[in-house]
Amino acid sequence: MSDGDVLAVADHRRGDLRDVSFQLLTAGRELADDLGGDLHVAVISGDVDSFADQLAREGVDTIHTVSEGEEFNHDVYVQAVEALFDELAPTALLAPNSVNGLDYVPAVATRLDVPLTTDAVDLTYDESLEVTREMYGSKVETTVEVTATPFAVSIRGGEWPAAEPGGDAEIESFPFDVDESEIGSRVTGFEEVGGGDVDIGDAEFLVSIGRGIEEEENLDLIRDLVDATDATLSSSRPIVDNGWLPKNRQVGQSGKQVTPDVYLAIGISGAVQHVAGMKGSDTIVAINTDPNAPIFDIADYGVVGDLFDVVPALIDEFGG
Amino acid sequence: MKILVTVKEVAEAADDFEIEGDDIAERYLEYDLNEWDDYAVEAAVQLQEAGEDVETVSVTIGPERSEETIRMALAKGIDRAVRVWDDDIAGADLDVAARARLLAAVAEEEEPDLILTGVQANDTGFGATGVALAEELGYEWAAVVNHLDMEAGDPAAAVRRELEGGVEELTEVDLPAVLTIQTGINEPRYASLRGIRRAQSKEIAPKALSDLGVDESVIDSPIRRTAMYEPETESDATYFEGDPEDQASELADLLREKGVAQ
Repeated sequence: MSDGDVLAVADHRRGDLRDVSFQLLTAGRELADDLGGDLHVAVISGDVDSFADQLAREGVDTIHTVSEGEEFNHDVYVQAVEALFDELAPTALLAPNSVNGLDYVPAVATRLDVPLTTDAVDLTYDESLEVTREMYGSKVETTVEVTATPFAVSIRGGEWPAAEPGGDAEIESFPFDVDESEIGSRVTGFEEVGGGDVDIGDAEFLVSIGRGIEEEENLDLIRDLVDATDATLSSSRPIVDNGWLPKNRQVGQSGKQVTPDVYLAIGISGAVQHVAGMKGSDTIVAINTDPNAPIFDIADYGVVGDLFDVVPALIDEFGG
Repeated sequence: MKILVTVKEVAEAADDFEIEGDDIAERYLEYDLNEWDDYAVEAAVQLQEAGEDVETVSVTIGPERSEETIRMALAKGIDRAVRVWDDDIAGADLDVAARARLLAAVAEEEEPDLILTGVQANDTGFGATGVALAEELGYEWAAVVNHLDMEAGDPAAAVRRELEGGVEELTEVDLPAVLTIQTGINEPRYASLRGIRRAQSKEIAPKALSDLGVDESVIDSPIRRTAMYEPETESDATYFEGDPEDQASELADLLREKGVAQ
């Protein structure tokens, strides 16, 4: 049994720490308090000195910088986290459940033979770890108990506040030599997707369509509404996955983040990945047949009804 | 070249449901092929069609009921299937490590060049099995792949990983490798009648722990679900009531008031 320390591994991309990294510090501090240990933070690759200065916030005890490589490479991360884990012997390994977290955390947990729970929205430790996480596409929450230590957990972004600036974290350079022979993947570049004819991020009024539209032909109904109200058309992920609209129309975690004056969500259930992209809208209106759809949790105005009845009536209102 | 595709039969909950104990009551659940795995199956079949001497095998951990789901993959063109199950597994709550070890045992028998999995299962949503499997096997990997460019026989795969915020990472991954496949990477086909007929005669090989030479301690897990509940609704939305015309009228007034439509 280790002594209750938490090792939290920050996330960055193309020169910037990601927001979730600062939330990770809060989750890590709370867990370290439950465990009665210190919060160690690791930052790997890129401009680690600058990253360390930014991560030196309230509640952080020590920051370990691993200067190796520029961008995220999962082989480097797996090796570096393994080395840090061996050196620090923490009770908990914490990381963001980001796309890059998905790409290295399960491998680290496997290599260290520690149990892994992902996508936590809450964490407490009292003799055993209790993780709150969702199931069945966010329809339910569950409590998961982890009775072994050490353990690994990845956390969902947006569930903890960012740690406040301040504190007196020590910054240390962690001596680490990568084993090049174990590197079997190479990042060759990045590409911004979703350019093209329209920037939904600029729109004042977005009419956004989801799975509830059922068939591609039915999109014409939504286009009529868009024309009648002079709105801009956007969508949730399944519409783009189906190839019915181009990627530049997609709102959500992997698409665009939008903040229009009014966001009208039609037939969108409100999965967390979608909400991440539109919760900053001034006014959110939702039309959905399912009164329990999570979209209503963040909506300011709701219409429980069938879009195939409500939308034609709405088009009539605007003389379409 | 051999491609192994992991598939999972997942439970989907009806809009209205009740929770009994630590799960949704069985009568509100419907079983189907995991959405992400459907894209992984399609990616495998496309590689098979484009190349010569490409064998495709699917593997699942699941009860006899899941053969229906496996047949869907076979009907879409997968050559044969392996189904891992026995009484010990039936009574267990498999965690990521246990799933990865069971799948690794099958992969060690099959020795595929490429393993395709879905990014996550839409019931439990751990999103970890594929990458854990890669590490278990000593394979390379890439998670959240939304574009795959390779031909049978290539020493590496060129992939795109879908990062957050509309950014894609271009990565080369040495084979053998596990790729976790994101939705939207392709357009999964519907099974043809001919495919469905052919699938009836394709092999689904049952494997118990003992067949795989795996000790039953592998499925012991320190992770246990202890409760399930409906999240507290935080809705403070103003609802527009009445028939669709009344609702539309109130909504139109709101849009005019906000100044976004006239």
